[in-house]
Amino acid sequence: MSAVIQTPEDREASLAGIGVSRLRKEDARFIQGKGNYVDDIKMPGMLHMDIVRSPIAHGRIKRINKEAALAIPGVRAVLTAEDLKPLKLHWMPTLAGDVAAVLADEKVHFQMQEVAVVIADDRYIAADGVEAVEVEYEELPVVIDPYAALAADAPVLREDLAGKTAGAHGPRDHHNHIFTWEAGDRSAADAAFAAAPIKVEQHMHYPRVHPCPLETCGCVASFDPIRGDLTTYITSQAPHVVRTVVSMLSGIPESKVRIVSPDIGGGFGNKVGIYPGYVCAIVSSIVLGRPVKWVEDRIENISSTAFARDYHMDGELAATEDGKILGLRVNVLADHGAFDACADPTKFPAGLFHICSGSYDIGAAHCSVKGVYTNKAPGGVAYRCSFRVTEAVYLIERMVDVLAQRLNIDKAEIRRRNFIRKEQFPYTSPFGFEYDSGDYHTALQKALDALDYPALRAEQAAKRADPNSPTLMGIGLVSFTEVVGAGPSKMCDILGVGMFDSCEIRIHPTGSAIARMGTITQGQGHQTTYAQIIATELGIPSEVIQVEEGDTSTAPYGLGTYGSRSTPVAGAAIAMAARKIHAKARKIAAHMLEVSEADLDWEVDRFKVRGDDSRFKTMADVAWQSYHQPPAGLEPGLEAVHYYDPPNFTYPFGIYLCVVDIDRATGESKVRRFYALDDCGTRINPMIIEGQIHGGLTEGFAVAMGQQMPFDAQGNLLGNTLMDYFLPTAVETPKWETDYTVTPSPHHPLGAKGVAESPHVGSIPTFTSAVVDAFAHVGVTHLDMPHTSFRVWQALRDHGLAL
Amino acid sequence: MAKKLINVTVNGKSEERAVEPRTLLVHFLREDLHLTGAHIGCETSHCGACTVDLDGKSVKSCTHLAVQCDGSQVTTVEGLADKGVLHAVQEGFYKEHGLQCGFCTPGMLVRAYRFLQENPNPSEDEIRVGMSGNLCRCTGYQNIVKAVQYAARKLQSATAA
Repeated sequence: MSAVIQTPEDREASLAGIGVSRLRKEDARFIQGKGNYVDDIKMPGMLHMDIVRSPIAHGRIKRINKEAALAIPGVRAVLTAEDLKPLKLHWMPTLAGDVAAVLADEKVHFQMQEVAVVIADDRYIAADGVEAVEVEYEELPVVIDPYAALAADAPVLREDLAGKTAGAHGPRDHHNHIFTWEAGDRSAADAAFAAAPIKVEQHMHYPRVHPCPLETCGCVASFDPIRGDLTTYITSQAPHVVRTVVSMLSGIPESKVRIVSPDIGGGFGNKVGIYPGYVCAIVSSIVLGRPVKWVEDRIENISSTAFARDYHMDGELAATEDGKILGLRVNVLADHGAFDACADPTKFPAGLFHICSGSYDIGAAHCSVKGVYTNKAPGGVAYRCSFRVTEAVYLIERMVDVLAQRLNIDKAEIRRRNFIRKEQFPYTSPFGFEYDSGDYHTALQKALDALDYPALRAEQAAKRADPNSPTLMGIGLVSFTEVVGAGPSKMCDILGVGMFDSCEIRIHPTGSAIARMGTITQGQGHQTTYAQIIATELGIPSEVIQVEEGDTSTAPYGLGTYGSRSTPVAGAAIAMAARKIHAKARKIAAHMLEVSEADLDWEVDRFKVRGDDSRFKTMADVAWQSYHQPPAGLEPGLEAVHYYDPPNFTYPFGIYLCVVDIDRATGESKVRRFYALDDCGTRINPMIIEGQIHGGLTEGFAVAMGQQMPFDAQGNLLGNTLMDYFLPTAVETPKWETDYTVTPSPHHPLGAKGVAESPHVGSIPTFTSAVVDAFAHVGVTHLDMPHTSFRVWQALRDHGLAL
Repeated sequence: MAKKLINVTVNGKSEERAVEPRTLLVHFLREDLHLTGAHIGCETSHCGACTVDLDGKSVKSCTHLAVQCDGSQVTTVEGLADKGVLHAVQEGFYKEHGLQCGFCTPGMLVRAYRFLQENPNPSEDEIRVGMSGNLCRCTGYQNIVKAVQYAARKLQSATAA
């Protein structure tokens, strides 16, 4: 024992546990160029795959000629749907209960759809091969508008579904109809509307956008024909699910499939799905018996891998004259593209959209979401949000603003009047969610005070009174509630696998530890924060705790990282696994100290005999004993596994305020201030939380102010490179002000709720709220995103406000 | 395709290789020299993940041909640290939480390395403009600005000392 007796506070500080802004364990490799991303992986004999894609959005494939491609030296194979048919791999199941073409089977359904693959000695030769494959198409009428898709005489997009009057989510009433999903109580909502003196309605389009992580999707598939096993390095946010699906598709036992997510260059929902490129690379490796690498380029990424949103929403609120909301009705037309490949829990084809009653105590509510096919790429993933929560929050926050304007009540005040009160938690929403905890009124007041909201309103009034003001001033306010941490397996599964997550912790004889997890970091800093949880739970310095994720051969099964589920679900699994170890350690310590377990107190990193500070055993002492000479009747070793099935979702919330100044001559919107107050419950690493919030706000800014995926009538995507698709630089990006309150989740072992997606979800309607607010004095209640300078200038012009 | 012999000094080391004339500098670095720090994010010079230093200027190596660099000096992220001691920009990004997924980081660092030689004492706005050829999807740039400021301070104090 050290001669210097440290205080418990000193010892706690040395652990760098929960609550510490610990610098990131991940950084050393990334700042020295030693990350290990998929495209960095090379294997002996590795070939490269590239994809022949459709130039048109809808058509029949008349003929594919591979000859010229195969004649190129170094081209090893060209595969089409015909080649995949004998393996029954030309179509694959989607996570949403539909099927998607792996390679176009007689028909193409969207521009840039995968038609053939070329496998060659290097990526340049593969690209030459792609150029040389000749494909002849017969063009068919294209359907881009989801409303037009439901016309009686609309072209039939999915001929493979002919005669199927029901899909995975109930009856289909039209050849381009996928599902209609409802939640809430329609008759109660209708009754509330019938009785209400005030009703408002608003149509809004949440544009199709793309998560666009900086690293595109790709994989290296390596099938060993001798051993019969398949290893695939892949850009996946859910490697264990990929293993299950690959096994189901290929027939290779799951025990012989190893999926590894190495370092991931951002995911944001884009890397949840299983794409044709992955399947083709795996098939190519099996066929050729050599490793095959496929990495898409940016145009392919934006054009063909999963998009987000594309919800056409109609919202209605019923209210009293003093602004108390009585009822909510929502109708959504959801454009799912050519195949329903949404990544949602199986039972929820519109994700958790029914969180759309928001932070408000609304008596009656109903929502209906209708999914349709169009000639666009499939997708519908949660772009830095929980499943469809961004759409839901946008809808309700916009509607509350619309109601406030109608009644001439300030938007802070109308929120105050409708918030679920602190004492109402746990609160059951009209859609059946049980909100775990919240204190919205306190958070709102803190936000209003922070920016001196009354002063901002006074400044705005003065500007409005001045006809020569060069700018319009808008104030955006949003008070969102998210639902994250999917989820309780009684409600949530992916392809039948419950949405639990897992942790395995091993304490080594000398007191250091390794934790293996079912999740996978893509920048969130799991290797840093997970270790902090163990440090606090077990009294082991986080510096000597190794965290590993992403390799299905070593990590316990987990559903992965998306929907802000890492801390709510996997973070809880860590705490529970650690507590199992703690319970065993207590037995060992009691044995070592020759007292009963009940006579021991835990203090930071040690068990102490109650009343005698000189008699204690540290966790390191216990670890050694557990391997050296455990008490009779106890297994040697000190390790535990926990699969955590959360009892409920978690419900992080926040209050965001934004001030924009709109140039009346150019339509440019300058974000003067953006204040984000987040409540994510217990805060594990404040530095990382703040970094996540900055990033989420910036992605929200991108969506609100510039991102969109416009199509022309022929189905050409107008803007699929970073020349056109808006990713803000450091120049456009506003400066963020962050703040917080702490309302722990009562059901989470640590009280943590998850945070990384809140800023995306919450900021987007805040920007719209601010831009619309600048026009509120001329009666504007809504402007659709993106709020580009041109679109804002058009609004200025239309309302006589342009200079 | 006929290959051409080129000699490029990369991180101080002379490298002679035969490359196809169409080989991009980023592929030469990544595939031939196994320096995988520079990443490919867009192929259109927009994202900056592939940024390297070429004869004293920041360039996007995804839109430079390797043969254009014959006889040139190239510095990549792998060449920033000196005998195991991190460069001030690397230290800054670590201390100020200037990275998350790490994919843009090598390009950011190489750009910051050059930018602080162009402008050793920049204002925040100058940093934002100076770094605007490099996109980051994770951090929102706020901590990248702080990281560059950290490095500027450190380099300035080293110069003063």
